[in-house]
Amino acid sequence: MNLEKLREIREVSLQDQQQVLSEGNIKITICMSTSGIAAGAREVKKTLLREIAERDIKQVVVAQTGEKGLQTFEPVIIVEEKDKPRVMYGNVTPEIMTTIIVEHILNGQPVKRFLWTGEDADKIEGQEHPFFEKQVKLVLSNCGEIDPESIDEYIGAGGYQALGKALSSMTPDEVIEEITNAGLRGRGGAGFSTGLKWSFTRKATGDTKYIICNADEGDPGAFMDRSVLEGDPHAVLEGMLIAGYAIGAREGIVYTRAEYPLAIHRLEIAIKQAQKFGLLGENIFESGFSFTIEIRQGAGAFVCGEETALIASIEGERGMPRIRPPFPAQSGLWGKPTNINNVETFANVRHIIIHGAEWYRNMGTPKSPGTKVFALAGKIKNSGLIEVPMGMPLRDVIFTVGGGMKTDKPFKAVQMGGPSGGCIPASLLDTIVDYDSINQTGAIMGSGGMVVMDSSTCMVDVAKFFLNFTQNESCGKCTFCRIGTNRMLEILTRITEGKGKMEDLDILMELSKKIKTTSLCGLGQTAPNPVLTTLKYFREEYIAHIQDKRCPAGVCKALITFKIDAEKCVGCTACARKCPVNCISGEVKKPHVINQDACIKCGSCYDTCKFNAITKS
Amino acid sequence: MLKNKKQIDEVIYKFIGKKGPLIPLLQEIQSLEGYLSKETMRYVADKSGIHLAKIYGVATFYSMFQLKPQGKHIVRICKGTACHVAGANIISDTLCNELGLKEGEESSEDGLFTVMEVACLGCCGLAPAMMIDKDVHGKLTPEKTRLVIHEIRQAEGASHES
Ligand SMILES: Cc1cc2nc3c(=O)[nH]c(=O)nc-3n(C[C@H](O)[C@H](O)[C@H](O)COP(=O)(O)O)c2cc1C
Repeated sequence: MNLEKLREIREVSLQDQQQVLSEGNIKITICMSTSGIAAGAREVKKTLLREIAERDIKQVVVAQTGEKGLQTFEPVIIVEEKDKPRVMYGNVTPEIMTTIIVEHILNGQPVKRFLWTGEDADKIEGQEHPFFEKQVKLVLSNCGEIDPESIDEYIGAGGYQALGKALSSMTPDEVIEEITNAGLRGRGGAGFSTGLKWSFTRKATGDTKYIICNADEGDPGAFMDRSVLEGDPHAVLEGMLIAGYAIGAREGIVYTRAEYPLAIHRLEIAIKQAQKFGLLGENIFESGFSFTIEIRQGAGAFVCGEETALIASIEGERGMPRIRPPFPAQSGLWGKPTNINNVETFANVRHIIIHGAEWYRNMGTPKSPGTKVFALAGKIKNSGLIEVPMGMPLRDVIFTVGGGMKTDKPFKAVQMGGPSGGCIPASLLDTIVDYDSINQTGAIMGSGGMVVMDSSTCMVDVAKFFLNFTQNESCGKCTFCRIGTNRMLEILTRITEGKGKMEDLDILMELSKKIKTTSLCGLGQTAPNPVLTTLKYFREEYIAHIQDKRCPAGVCKALITFKIDAEKCVGCTACARKCPVNCISGEVKKPHVINQDACIKCGSCYDTCKFNAITKS
Repeated sequence: MLKNKKQIDEVIYKFIGKKGPLIPLLQEIQSLEGYLSKETMRYVADKSGIHLAKIYGVATFYSMFQLKPQGKHIVRICKGTACHVAGANIISDTLCNELGLKEGEESSEDGLFTVMEVACLGCCGLAPAMMIDKDVHGKLTPEKTRLVIHEIRQAEGASHES
């Protein structure tokens, strides 16, 4: 491979794409990400292919991409024609697919009622919706646009240009300088300067050095890295290659969760293609630089996202963190200097090399330049994958890009940073997204999970949920992290059962402080954050559980009971038939009763009853 | 006697001499055997020269390794944040009730299902979700959950009333 060849491949690829969209042709793209497939994208694709064959439609080209970002609206398909707006359909079923083929493809009439933006959308081009308009896509620029299983399409979209530029016209030190000047901060959570980290590993002595890509993504509520790997795997490989050149490594490893089979599959394809094109292997771009990349699968331990635990896991040990220093930059994998970065960090690299540090700094805030990818989830309308410039207020992220609340229940809090983070209340919605501002709230930027909560979420229950998680995932090395989190969980459980005391709140504070100061790694150091932030912003909710034995959100099972009002019940049996655990009994046309011992408090009966005969207290 | 002895030997030979082989080695053996029995772990220790204590240590540290026989279908209930706030607990209660699982039990009596909880399936937009074998089922309600199980039972020909 050399620059000339890369240019040729790019031209051919661009011509091919033009061909696809030439006069009279129609391109239909299906988003085939894990969530798309979970929502039924495979069945939709089957229907599409069958219809095309049966109706003998010639002018349609079918393509696949990764995640477009609209998880709530999956399966998503996009119809494109030359000089016409792109039409984006959401919640497509096989039946809807057939309708689209008849009405749109054959009769040329876009089917408004199936647009993802809804029937009333004034424009059929979903791309102009605020969901897309307010985003700045850098890391996600190819996700949902190109076929992730095609290296030609990646090159067509400008891929491997940055690698070519770095290898043929920049020294390793110049590469590091560019990344440092760009102010890129690690997207894995801590926000450490990537350029600085690279320079440490470059300066470390030793012939053998390693690059590791951290794709362990264990935070519940986070799927950014998976989406990038599924939607644009070459961008991650290109970032790793540039890092390898900069620090003087020959070997790279992607450490990924085994729970991500599709991401692993696409990564394997990408590695094979890059090898075939001479972009991995010996003497890349005729520069004398050689590099290989292999994949290692994790085995299900959250703590292995921590860099020293990750290294132990690759070495075949129990994934327990160790004391730093020595940092991995000095002594990492097999005792050799090792540079670990997150998936999204690597995916940023190529843009900085191509456009330069100054261009990059134009986005975001002075201390947190660039963009950030977030996984929006919870009680929000547009759940999915988004990328916004740093500095955007949370309010805009949630209410403009995210489309606001899913139901008419009001916003209560947004959880950021997963088990290491915290809950940010409505009063702080003007906080901007950058590392330092989010830290001030007591939450952390984290890797990018954002779970929106409404009035039906109990904040004590959320704190208990995260403590349960960290308590389970603690590797057990540090006493306070192992036992302290357990004690905190016991207290929180007591409170949610209405058995808490006011002193418990002080004990929670004290334990939090101790766990934070006596734990070796980030897991323990941040484990109390969900409790601390909810105690800070939602203390009255704790007090309601303790003093009034009441769960204001109506979530904590021990504190709610469903009862049937015998006077109102007409014995229609609707509730009994709906009950998932068959705990409602009674004769037809006679009042029914709920067996309180078996009731799981799911509320199905409450929602089903047409006679308001069921009370919740 | 181990039934996949020959394949297990092949896996062990493949990894011998490699750096840090234990986790991928156990992953491959588990995919052959379904789980890691005491007998299997002993056998691997004898053949590979890796201490049994180390094998056991690794097998018990990582949640993917199973030390008990598994049901024919593995149900992974997502306990991620988005699923939690969308009522994942109600889904798991429904499931346990449907499969007749008592507190602490994981596998149904008929050997068809093993239920486990996972931290996050990453399909937060489809919450609450569960994965059965390789398929994700999203936007679950108690009713839909029961239906999915019924369908699998029917496909298995086991008309099993709960
Ligand atoms: C308990 C724990 C879990 C972590 N999980 C991840 C993870 O899943 N992905 C990740 O990139 N970083 C994770 N980190 C952060 C890594 O230790 C490390 O800082 C990061 O991979 C460095 O990459 P970056 O500088 O590009 O962010 C975790 C840290 C801790 C303490």
